[in-house]
Amino acid sequence: MKISVYRYNPDVDKKPRMQTYEVRPVQGMMLRDALLEVKKQDESFAFRHSCGEGVCGSDGVNVNGKNCLACITPITELKEPIVVRPFPGRPVIRDLVVDMTQFYEQYRAVKPYLIRTDSFPEREITQSPEDRDQLDGLYECILCGCCSTSCPSFWWNPEKFLGPAALLQAWRFLADTRDQATDERLDALDGPYKLFRCHTIMNCVDVCPKGLNPTRAIGRIKDLMLEKGL
Amino acid sequence: MPIPTRHFDALIIGAGGAGLNAALQLAGAETSVAVVSKVFPTRSHTVAAQGGVNAALANVLPDNWHWHMFDTVKGSDYLGDQDAIEFMCREAIPTVYELEHAGVPFSRLDNGKIYQRAFGGQSQDFGGDQAARTCAAADRTGHAILHTLYQQNIRAKTHFFDEYFALDLVRDKEGVISGALVLEIETGEPLLIEAKATLLATGGCGQVFRTTSNAHINTGDGCAMTLRAGIPLMDMEFYQFHPTGIAGKGLLITEGVRGEGGFLVNKDGERFMERYAPRAKDLASRDVVARSIVTEVKEGRGAGENADYVLLKLDHLGADVIDKRLPGIRESSRIFAGADPIREPIPVFPTAHYQMGGIPTDRFGRVVIPARYGSEEIISGLYAAGECACASVHGANRLGGNSLLDILVFGRLAGKDIIEYVRANPHRRETDPASLEQAMARLTRWERTGDGVPAHQLKAEFRKCMEDHAGVFRTEEVMAEGYGKLCELRERFKDARLADQSKVFNTARIEALELENLIDVGLAIAVSALNRKESRGAHSRPDYPSRDDINWMKHSLYYRDGDRLDYKPVRTKPLTVESFPPKERVY
Repeated sequence: MKISVYRYNPDVDKKPRMQTYEVRPVQGMMLRDALLEVKKQDESFAFRHSCGEGVCGSDGVNVNGKNCLACITPITELKEPIVVRPFPGRPVIRDLVVDMTQFYEQYRAVKPYLIRTDSFPEREITQSPEDRDQLDGLYECILCGCCSTSCPSFWWNPEKFLGPAALLQAWRFLADTRDQATDERLDALDGPYKLFRCHTIMNCVDVCPKGLNPTRAIGRIKDLMLEKGL
Repeated sequence: MPIPTRHFDALIIGAGGAGLNAALQLAGAETSVAVVSKVFPTRSHTVAAQGGVNAALANVLPDNWHWHMFDTVKGSDYLGDQDAIEFMCREAIPTVYELEHAGVPFSRLDNGKIYQRAFGGQSQDFGGDQAARTCAAADRTGHAILHTLYQQNIRAKTHFFDEYFALDLVRDKEGVISGALVLEIETGEPLLIEAKATLLATGGCGQVFRTTSNAHINTGDGCAMTLRAGIPLMDMEFYQFHPTGIAGKGLLITEGVRGEGGFLVNKDGERFMERYAPRAKDLASRDVVARSIVTEVKEGRGAGENADYVLLKLDHLGADVIDKRLPGIRESSRIFAGADPIREPIPVFPTAHYQMGGIPTDRFGRVVIPARYGSEEIISGLYAAGECACASVHGANRLGGNSLLDILVFGRLAGKDIIEYVRANPHRRETDPASLEQAMARLTRWERTGDGVPAHQLKAEFRKCMEDHAGVFRTEEVMAEGYGKLCELRERFKDARLADQSKVFNTARIEALELENLIDVGLAIAVSALNRKESRGAHSRPDYPSRDDINWMKHSLYYRDGDRLDYKPVRTKPLTVESFPPKERVY
């Protein structure tokens, strides 16, 4: 099996290149396993990875033109030659390793934490199972960045548009009955860019390895804004 | 060229549950704190914890912390320190409420309270009926907790050094720990971080074994740094093999599957746990279930083409329960085992999962060593919490749901104690150049070129050796042979070389540094195991099949220097209640 990977090491390379490796496929092999085989052949090849089971969100890459998590992408699902590149639109540090600073900044910008003004009860804050269900499909985000780095609006305006991952988390807290900062959160999202640059292209939904739907979450935020008359 | 230096009140190495909960206490107290993590914090392995966190909230069935304490002492096979265990079980309750207030999206009961499920080794009324003590966010509890803690740290404006690798602890002229030398992975440049107090929260070392539920990053870094600082590791022979890893892969399938009503069968469809643990059956302690599975396979009752695994059946729970309570398991099983548990069983076999032992601490997270006179000596300014630490609350076998609890309780307490320590010791400590040079040598050693075995080749060999010689069942012969091989590997490692000498994001270099840590920690496991001549908890020796309380109710302490061992007594006296004396352990 041929696998072609993007190579760039600023210490030695003037410009990036693609390099092809031959990897023997085995049953149940994931793309991460194939990349580890490449690394065995050539230790200078760098990529991030850790848990190997799709929960830590380290090994997001672009394969055959689509973003995915390498550890849960079976190679049998990929057409040869397999072409692996770093996430599009992000500065490359080395090989498949990209600089995700801006992605994390956008996440931090939505105040992704529970805000309460009431004092806390001695026990848990109660929440009905139905209210808790509202968080399903939101809290599971692993911050891998597959969605935001496949979003054309994020490519064009990464400083101004928050991107699908951050907006999914914005809705995760708006949707939490325990949170008491709805107005503050909505005010912060107002304006032409932060939220409204989403043009429902839905690349985010297409690539999310956890099956989440940021476009729908963005729609919910817009609905809530209308409802609140902003 | 002088190494750039930064100064903080506190340095935390590791950004999993323990490190982040400690950081949160410190940031809230206006103590300047630096958190160093070799990965972006939400990539830490706490994220992979599935089943839940134990606390006697009594939301589903009657419960109290004293029953939780009894189960933990019994689960530890009476090797856990009862003062620390009492403390953890009492603290569990406010700790879980605090987490909920911080935003953790726990699953809920109809009355709006936190959902709790049954887990192994839990009982009501000191060994009576099954309890339901494990607070869960579906089967993604660790993810929910880690993300919440990171989010709260964003709010608290904690200072993070993301993707910095800790090379070694450094000391001042008096020998007091003054921080750590770290490596910025992106640039490949060293940085000295000086602090008045240092907390090791570096997690486990599952990569020691070939088949493991642990992530690539779990390489025992903090434990190895401790060993190199001349401090012993405690009870390292007690390594937990989780009964249900996906066969051949090692990925974790939570005990919550059995807590929700799933059970194990052999190739004949027999529910074999009824033979090994007539009362608790599939919810016996992990050591018991893991041994039972290995025995079934050894005796020819394994399923599959090579008869090398057993089956975890849960289709009878129905699609609704599986999708509501175990959605992550369904996803993992479909992807990695090719089995949809709604219709077919999951092939499982024990997988290396958790180190019960670690850096010896008291219940405030302070690192302690045996004193020449008197009981114990506190190492000034050095703390450890989480899986890398040993308080000791898990003794010879950890109960499911007690690891998230351990990291949260002791991370929090360590944070609080550091606040006091920094107030009492406000002066900056200056690193001794000799100590710094020693730490730098760990890095520059890889600049040697020429002939030598590639580091990654040794890694595969080492992990297989550990799996073959320090697994679920251990005999003198097998372990002694393993120790011999490990000593040889340690020698060969001295000649290992790196082909890639570049600086920017050189992952080969990081992995070589990690391998050095793994070998040190692997030897701690092997030597401690070889010397303990009894069977207790996870340490199971067919040649010494019984527990020996007269000679072996004591903690092992392994020193790297000369592979030396020492021992210290178990603390059997709790804080406020009566001691639980050792009894035969049946489930």
